[in-house]
Amino acid sequence: MDGTAGTAGEPPEEIRILAATAILGYGFPDASFEAGLARRPHVIAADAGSSDPGPYYLGAGESFTDRAAVRRDLERMLTAARRLGVPVVIGSAGGAGAAPHLEWLRAIADEIAAAQGLRLRTAVIPADVPQQTVLDALHADRIAAVPYGPELTAADVRASTRLVAQLGAEPLVEALRAGADLVLAGRAYDPAVFAALPLLHGFDEGLALHLGKILECAAIAAVPGSGSDCMLGTLRRDHFVVEPLSPERRCTPTSVAAHTLYEKSDPYHLPGPGGHLDLTDCAFTPEGERGVRVTGSRHVPAPYTLKLEGARLRGYRTVSLAGARDPVFVRELDAIVAGVRERVADNFPDLKPGDYELLVRVYGRDGCMGPLEPHPVVAGHEVGLVIEAVARTQALADTLCAFARSTMLHYGYAGRLSTAGNLAFPYSPSDFHAGAVYEWSVYHLMRVDDPAASFPIRWTELPTESPTELPEGAS
Amino acid sequence: MTTAPLTDLADVVRSKNAGPYELTLDVIFSTREQYELVKRDRLISRQVVAELYGLPVADVGEPIFYDPARAVKVNLRRPLPSGNVGETDVYGAQQHGPLLALRLPLPEEGASAT
Repeated sequence: MDGTAGTAGEPPEEIRILAATAILGYGFPDASFEAGLARRPHVIAADAGSSDPGPYYLGAGESFTDRAAVRRDLERMLTAARRLGVPVVIGSAGGAGAAPHLEWLRAIADEIAAAQGLRLRTAVIPADVPQQTVLDALHADRIAAVPYGPELTAADVRASTRLVAQLGAEPLVEALRAGADLVLAGRAYDPAVFAALPLLHGFDEGLALHLGKILECAAIAAVPGSGSDCMLGTLRRDHFVVEPLSPERRCTPTSVAAHTLYEKSDPYHLPGPGGHLDLTDCAFTPEGERGVRVTGSRHVPAPYTLKLEGARLRGYRTVSLAGARDPVFVRELDAIVAGVRERVADNFPDLKPGDYELLVRVYGRDGCMGPLEPHPVVAGHEVGLVIEAVARTQALADTLCAFARSTMLHYGYAGRLSTAGNLAFPYSPSDFHAGAVYEWSVYHLMRVDDPAASFPIRWTELPTESPTELPEGAS
Repeated sequence: MTTAPLTDLADVVRSKNAGPYELTLDVIFSTREQYELVKRDRLISRQVVAELYGLPVADVGEPIFYDPARAVKVNLRRPLPSGNVGETDVYGAQQHGPLLALRLPLPEEGASAT
């Protein structure tokens, strides 16, 4: 460490934060990253997750990012950070940030440490929440719904295969205070991984979190925007500056201001674990050729709440993809789909309506917007169809999808001329296992008294084992 | 009154999830004048958006006008939560189409559509 942001000595005048990429595994150009390293950052950080890809990844314990791509990004970050002697902070490990995701990323870091000969004092911070904790909070009236979201029930909690809470900056600050080289956190409030080092050094919480809010998407706030390019944040006592590190991009006051609109329901008030960011008094001004200076971000403390996320298994899905080009078929489509559904119900009389879902999605009509589509009519000369069955077992989903597919292929509709078959299948086999289907079961706010108590730090040295050495005498 | 399609007046028209139960629509206007006119006359309102999407007004949030970015944001209730069986757009990124049909009056002087 260059002494300006160490845990000992004088507090630094500024903290430089290198945001490598919008999501660990989305990549970054080496030239941008090197340009960032040349600015001697005090910390290199990345958010690794999101709930945007949907409930499956949390429920199934899988990452939505690719292992090789994540290793590629993290390897560059860790080797550079050790060269500079600064920490790396990663939040929402493995995408959804539950125990299997965190272990997945820890194993990747372990591999990197062994391969690169790095020794990493590593803080692993799980974000899993026991069901009983949430049930107790529910009984104590400490759970709140989000806008348009349902009230939580005990059944929802018990049905959840995994439950996580978005941890705030507090446990990350503790890990850095204790000298972590690498912090791997489970599900985390995105800005927290960037704000943690500044908060350790007593920088303004509003500025630190607002800077983190921008950096968590890396160069998305630049023009042209990119989720796979680096951004540098420089935080001082009364303002911060963000700048992209590729000469192809620049930040403008509008691009940086506009970023707080992204994926948020209110650009002026951004709620977080211990309060909300109030950006009503922010000023955005150009700084240098590619940077923007921001002042006026304020953090307004509020009772500490954690955002809970949980997913439940809904069943298993099988899909069949097909196209249709016959104008009479397309005209009769609604009647055909209704007829197919009737035939399925009739052919499997032991199944009750609640035992399965059978859907036919019509691309070229309302495939993207469903009930929100203002013009649910086929405008073109062909449609794309997805026949989809969801049932309690994969075998039952297979059966229903296959039967619906074969019925639709040969269905005799009014005015039919093309009696050889109704569907164009691009593939053989025509049906695909889409596997387990999860749905959000919990997406609520939980009041807590002690934000750090839920997230104890587990310390580990990486690599866990020395790189394999041949025993003496072996050949 | 001279009007122009929103596609000629905005740099950005987009939709995205704001959590699994809510969609958020953003329009970033190309000029300060156009933005100020829309804001002053509330040319984008709950009623306008509800009509475009065929939703009850109760499912549309009050528009938020964001001066620093010449932007207006409107939140909608999702018909189905993201990822539920039968839902069509997990990220909510292709729900902005109906907004593109909007035509808006132009500012009176110096009105440049682009």
